[in-house]
Amino acid sequence: MAKVVLNGNLKQFSDGQGDFDLDVKDVRQLFAQLGARFPELAPHLEEGIAVAIDGEIFQDALFAAIGPESEVHVIPKIGGG
Amino acid sequence: MSDSAKNDSGSNGHKYVGTRQVRPDGVDKVTGRASFGADLHVPNMLIGKVLRSPHAHARILSIDTSKAEALAGVKAVVTRDDINDLPSEMVPAGEMMVNYRDITRNVMAREKVLYEGHAVAAVAAVSESVGLEALSLIDVAYEVLPHVIDVMDSMKPDAPLLHDGMITQGVEPAPEKPSNVAKRVEFAIGDVDAGFADADVIVEREFKTKPVHQAYIEPHACLASVAKDGKAELWCTTQGHFVVRGHCARLLGMDISKLRVTASEIGGGFGGKTVVYLEPVALALSRKSGQPVKMTMTREEVFRATGPTSGAHMRIKIGAKKDGRITAADGLFHYQAGAFPGSPVQLGCMCAFAPYDLENARTVGYDVVVNRPKVAAYRAPGAPIAEYGAECVIDELAKKLGMDPIELRLKNAAKEGTQTVYGPKLGVVGLVETLEAAKAHDHYKAPLGKHQGRGVASGYWFNIGGESCATLNMSEDGGVHLVVGTPDIGGSRASLCLMAAEELGIDLDKVHPHIADTASLGYTFLTGGSRATFASGMAVVEAARDVIDKMRERVAKMWDIPVDAVIWEDGHARPASSNAGAFEPMSLAEITAMANKTGGPLVGNAAINAQGAGPSFGTHIVDVEVDTETGHVEILRYTAIQDAGRAVSPGYVEGQLQGGAVQGIGWALNEEYVYGEDGKLQNAGFLDYRIPVCSDVPMIDTVIVEVPNPTHRFGVRGVGETPIVPPMAAITNAIEQAIGIRFNELPMSPPKVLAAIDASRGPLADAAE
Repeated sequence: MAKVVLNGNLKQFSDGQGDFDLDVKDVRQLFAQLGARFPELAPHLEEGIAVAIDGEIFQDALFAAIGPESEVHVIPKIGGG
Repeated sequence: MSDSAKNDSGSNGHKYVGTRQVRPDGVDKVTGRASFGADLHVPNMLIGKVLRSPHAHARILSIDTSKAEALAGVKAVVTRDDINDLPSEMVPAGEMMVNYRDITRNVMAREKVLYEGHAVAAVAAVSESVGLEALSLIDVAYEVLPHVIDVMDSMKPDAPLLHDGMITQGVEPAPEKPSNVAKRVEFAIGDVDAGFADADVIVEREFKTKPVHQAYIEPHACLASVAKDGKAELWCTTQGHFVVRGHCARLLGMDISKLRVTASEIGGGFGGKTVVYLEPVALALSRKSGQPVKMTMTREEVFRATGPTSGAHMRIKIGAKKDGRITAADGLFHYQAGAFPGSPVQLGCMCAFAPYDLENARTVGYDVVVNRPKVAAYRAPGAPIAEYGAECVIDELAKKLGMDPIELRLKNAAKEGTQTVYGPKLGVVGLVETLEAAKAHDHYKAPLGKHQGRGVASGYWFNIGGESCATLNMSEDGGVHLVVGTPDIGGSRASLCLMAAEELGIDLDKVHPHIADTASLGYTFLTGGSRATFASGMAVVEAARDVIDKMRERVAKMWDIPVDAVIWEDGHARPASSNAGAFEPMSLAEITAMANKTGGPLVGNAAINAQGAGPSFGTHIVDVEVDTETGHVEILRYTAIQDAGRAVSPGYVEGQLQGGAVQGIGWALNEEYVYGEDGKLQNAGFLDYRIPVCSDVPMIDTVIVEVPNPTHRFGVRGVGETPIVPPMAAITNAIEQAIGIRFNELPMSPPKVLAAIDASRGPLADAAE
């Protein structure tokens, strides 16, 4: 089970819960499970979100692989100038 | 000269990567052949001009354009009615997510004008003089409203409301009344209160920064041409023409595929050219007039109507044990967003304490609208502001602890495995290496004179990847046309050519770079986030491998051996394994010369969404001398040290470090928007908005540290943004050492410094002794 952590304001859409153990193989499955569990969170996962898998940040990468022992942080998307 | 400048051959066994070469755009730039945003002229071209609000805040009661439309030579007039009113929809736009409802209102005011300079109408005329006369004939009736300029004033309960229905996001329960606070964000790790309870020394300070402009030398400019069938072409100066295409099509109700956007050469962007201002207006004018329309901002328009970065108010609190170990850090940040929500406060909150390995940290940020132009990205958006406050407090903490400021940073430095306040743990990073390089640099040991001081600060930026395409078109003579979609702001063409030559194993002068228009290459995200060399470089490497595989297949067929028995080495296909020596190696030029007979043209392609960007840390050292008679601060010596991962083109990396440092010097010492009581900008020009010129700065020394990013073929990290993060705190810390006065507000301009000296005779006398 991957250890998943919601960061920043996202916990406001998950009844204050921020840590989960989820059986997911990629970001698409991660978003699907989180969205199904917390409908208010679902639209926020559509845009403006990045995922750090074992420290490496992925943006707009639905098929990025998540391992069974991965530590996954859901964070705001990062831009730049 | 940089330490790395001594290298004139490639690094780590590379032939080209890490070398200094003649820049591919150099001749065009120095001979004037390069075409920038305002350089294109076409037959029957009209000139577009914009009518801008004279008020900081007013309701638009009516707009009468009839007199302007009747003026001879006027071909079209557009107002809010010609730009789509879009619903609230968040989309990525370089710096952060933006809302189309706000973009359409920023491009052309609808219900209200929200800042002086806000576009209200535009005309297309046969000449600029006719266009300006037409603007004077447009009658706009306003109901002037109270305005608010300062971020803290805007948060007060009785502040004039910019947006009637704006309820603060991120607050639970949601406020019942609207306010100017668009959003609250919070990040936290550990137990901050317990951390402070465990501290032996705590420093807590408040800071203020002013909005500063990106100050690109080339103003915004574009030329739009819409055909009768709805197909359109747009030429513009931009950091991302694919992004411009998407925004313009949406704002004007066009099919994206009917709009072709070409990026001109760009005379600076620094984040400020990641959004649209003139482009949709020029398209609307061209669509209405049926003629091409060219628009160019004046410098005054650039200042009054385009985004600077945020000004801010912040409070920073850091606690540490006597041995220097930081026990807790807390930051509260209020950022001006300008007229519409979307300041980079969230990124500031994420970066504020990033250089430190902290168990307990918290950052809280507020995104606040005010009656100023909407902010736009500016190098490392949000980070310079937040890290300025944090790095000043770190310096003061070092003094209270009696520690060298670099030693305090080393004791707490972020490294691989450090958990950030925004959640994830860092991968391989090079902060410690930059600090060690700073400590060992002769600059750090050089003697100082009277009223001279030395300051140090570190800085962090994430860096990003993103959508990137590359095509390598192989010529019959072995030349390569390298095609990418990231406009070259800071030398990316040179770096991409070096990587292509390295990967293909051919001479660098065989590689010719081009920035493709939006119809000639797949979607490519903008040049920003320090991503161009990293992400487009990744695409170029992949495209090179693609064409190498194709060439191996051709040669395998010619030799009648399996493709696995053909290897690519030094620009040649060579027989390998049991076939080694059986055939004469074929050069790339020999293979491409036969391309039409062996299967057709040879092209390498890559279309990727680059992931795995490596963060970059930097550490700066600065020496200043304060003139106690005038308050003038002179930069005596400056050294910028940064982890580049791998400097593909060291000269350009140094240029990025030097440019960031100089812009930071301006931010620290002079640059600020000055508003009158009437809410109008009083210094909308380079005579009164003072950016550093050559005589203001010494040669900026650079040290490139190389801790390779493991996810990139050549170890590349982005380098363009981090170097603007440390200067403001480094200079503040240097001034404190010089005269014993610690400033907590930017800019530290001569009048402010002199006033502080006059008010603090005691510390000055101590320092003088």
